[in-house]
Amino acid sequence: MSNTPSSQSPALSQESAIARFLRATEIDTRMLGMIAALLVIWVGFDIYSGVLRPGNGIFGGSFLMPRNLWILLVQTSTIAVMTTGMVLVIVMRQIDLSVGSMLSMVAVATGVLQVYNLGPALGLGHPSIWITAVVFALLLGAAVGCFNGFLIAYAKIPSFIVTLGGLIAYGGTAFLIAKGVTVAPMDKTFKLIGGNGPLASIGPFWSWFLGLSACAGIVLAILNGRRQRIRFKFPLRPVWAEVFIGITGSIAALGATAVVNAYPWPHKVAELYALENNIVIPAGIENRDGSAICMAADKIVHCVDGLSYQTGFPIPVLIALAVGFVMTFIATRTRFGRYIFATGGNPEAAELAGINTKRLTMMVFTLMGALVGISSVIASARLDAATTALGTLSELYVIAAAVIGGTSLAGGIGTIYGAMLGALLMQSLQSGMTLLNFESAYKDIVVGTVLVVAVFIDQVYRRRVK
Amino acid sequence: MKRNILALMTGALLLGVSSMAAVAKDKTIAVSWKTFQEERWKTDEAAIKAVVEAAGDKYISTDAQGSAQKQAADIEGLISQKVDVIMVVAFDSDAILPSFKAASDAGVKMLSYDVLVEDPNALYVTFDNVGVGRLMAKEILAAKPEGNYAFIKGDKGDPNATFLFEGIMEVLKEAMDGGKIKNVCETFTDGWKPDNAQKNMEQCLTSTGNKVDAVVSENDGMASGVVAALDAQGLAGTVPVSGQDGDKAALNRVALGTQTVSVWKDARALGKIAAEAAVAIANGTDPTTLAGASKFNGGAKKIEVNAILLAPNPITKANLGDVISAGWISKEEACAGVKDGVDACK
Repeated sequence: MSNTPSSQSPALSQESAIARFLRATEIDTRMLGMIAALLVIWVGFDIYSGVLRPGNGIFGGSFLMPRNLWILLVQTSTIAVMTTGMVLVIVMRQIDLSVGSMLSMVAVATGVLQVYNLGPALGLGHPSIWITAVVFALLLGAAVGCFNGFLIAYAKIPSFIVTLGGLIAYGGTAFLIAKGVTVAPMDKTFKLIGGNGPLASIGPFWSWFLGLSACAGIVLAILNGRRQRIRFKFPLRPVWAEVFIGITGSIAALGATAVVNAYPWPHKVAELYALENNIVIPAGIENRDGSAICMAADKIVHCVDGLSYQTGFPIPVLIALAVGFVMTFIATRTRFGRYIFATGGNPEAAELAGINTKRLTMMVFTLMGALVGISSVIASARLDAATTALGTLSELYVIAAAVIGGTSLAGGIGTIYGAMLGALLMQSLQSGMTLLNFESAYKDIVVGTVLVVAVFIDQVYRRRVK
Repeated sequence: MKRNILALMTGALLLGVSSMAAVAKDKTIAVSWKTFQEERWKTDEAAIKAVVEAAGDKYISTDAQGSAQKQAADIEGLISQKVDVIMVVAFDSDAILPSFKAASDAGVKMLSYDVLVEDPNALYVTFDNVGVGRLMAKEILAAKPEGNYAFIKGDKGDPNATFLFEGIMEVLKEAMDGGKIKNVCETFTDGWKPDNAQKNMEQCLTSTGNKVDAVVSENDGMASGVVAALDAQGLAGTVPVSGQDGDKAALNRVALGTQTVSVWKDARALGKIAAEAAVAIANGTDPTTLAGASKFNGGAKKIEVNAILLAPNPITKANLGDVISAGWISKEEACAGVKDGVDACK
């Protein structure tokens, strides 16, 4: 404390070391809280699952294993993509209840297009099938979102009603498109978007490449931020704080890369791949828990040192990360994003200031629709089938993720990364409880309770900050 | 009050009419559908209509649009139209009981179609649901007589999920007690949703380290999620998977070998049998003398009703030709992507 400049107010000079640390690094304490909650949940599940059935997790369970974390990320991606759009919708003081039904409708329409129309016309597996399907899903989603937005902005029907109507009507439309039939199987390349199969992940090399690029990006962003602050004569963060953020960020990026790379291809998948590509499987000693494959007396067995492939980042997770990155940029760095937050904070003032709030509303809903299109591609590719049941109830999880992530239903407040963390948190709870063989009724109770408690803590926190 | 008098009057009228039943043709068979939103009921309707019209009788129908009240009103309306038989696909099997009683009192013969209504005067025509569970388990047991079994059950709120599981356990009990079969995962699946089934299966594979030898999935939709999860681990095709409904995608999986069995309940066969029964009882035949008639008391209230229980048809690679020749699915749809080894696809 002795070196605190005398110009600072007495209140600041008396703050604790932690508060000083948080202020210097400008870290969002809400985010810290969420990460802490996430870690508690993960460790708790790992310990608990270890008690029931010992596994290879860090704490002896089966939750904190690369494989489970990898699957967890894939399972989160559909909701994570949609929730980035929902943040903006809620920030605008609107709501979109139709995303689940819209997802079914877009998924089924895209499924019918590729399985019944494009497949027979172009021949199964034609390379243009998946591209056409993806573009179609995006455009259809955007069009439906635009339609919602038009009704809300120009016909002045409350978004709750428009999208409640959509929730019911789009579900019916999804049923009609395929007459309730499950549409399957999806195109081979299209399927990769869902993260199924060894080729649906980018492998260790590109994963490390991405991880290191992320580190470089973090460093550049810090340097750039510093330069901007100097340019506009803003107060600078202390150098140690900048270094700390840089190192923590890089560790997180490299740690995530290490985890996804530590998930080896499943034995059978590696075996099929080796046989199909005439790769020699080395000889070795059988070990049931080994992650590699070996030849032992003309039999392919599990072993410790042998043929093994690393999985790396799955495509749906990369899509979700890219969406999160782009949406954060849109929300914080573009005029469009700033208008959204301005309008959410005070619609009248924004309109008086010359923002075309009607057009803005329509654009936000169109964006939401396009994101639903992306999610529908991931969801149907992952299931390798499109069904009417695919998206049902996901609107609730999307909204819950945004709200757990700190988006205020009163409008004007919310972050993309918070919502994505919220999605990860909810999926962690669900996957963890499934892993423990919880009865599904208890799962519902826990998830519902967490939603309410999270918002309550958030309210208390906001009041105290004020 | 007015309604009751009307009901009584029509009842009296109908009694008068039915005494001449043996000679008169032109009966009216009515069906009260619970909803027409689901594709399958249209298949049933076509089959029922064909039988009724071939017998020279008249077919009429009402759609309750998923509402118990509307269905009660529908049945009241049908009674006052003096129909001879009402087949009911009940939306709420308890709430509809008073309507069944009113109809019986008015002399209308009642038939509960597919959904059990526990009225001792009504004939219950359905597929044997416990039997579906037994058939699934039998096929999976034949494919994998011992090992670790995973059970992907339907929605916890649906009694059918439990009926099915009872049937499954009946078959597997001996092997389980003998230690040949181990239950490693058992989960309900919210809303019977395929994507939830996929997540459940992924978690099951993770927690057991892929040591799953067979999966009993209670329907085809969930089987698609199960197969996707197995496929991600390179296990699809080596681990037997069950299902039911005869979904086109599932029959294709049976041909491809990634699903072992889809228990098929031919809606047209059910419609045909029920319509034949309806025509017969409209003409005064005693329901207990109908072909395949039995007693059923497996409902919640354990009330004994006359029933015709149809045996479902387990579709495997061996008899895939049945569904193709029945016109349920085209050969192209069933055999898409199949390379060789399936007789039905040659």
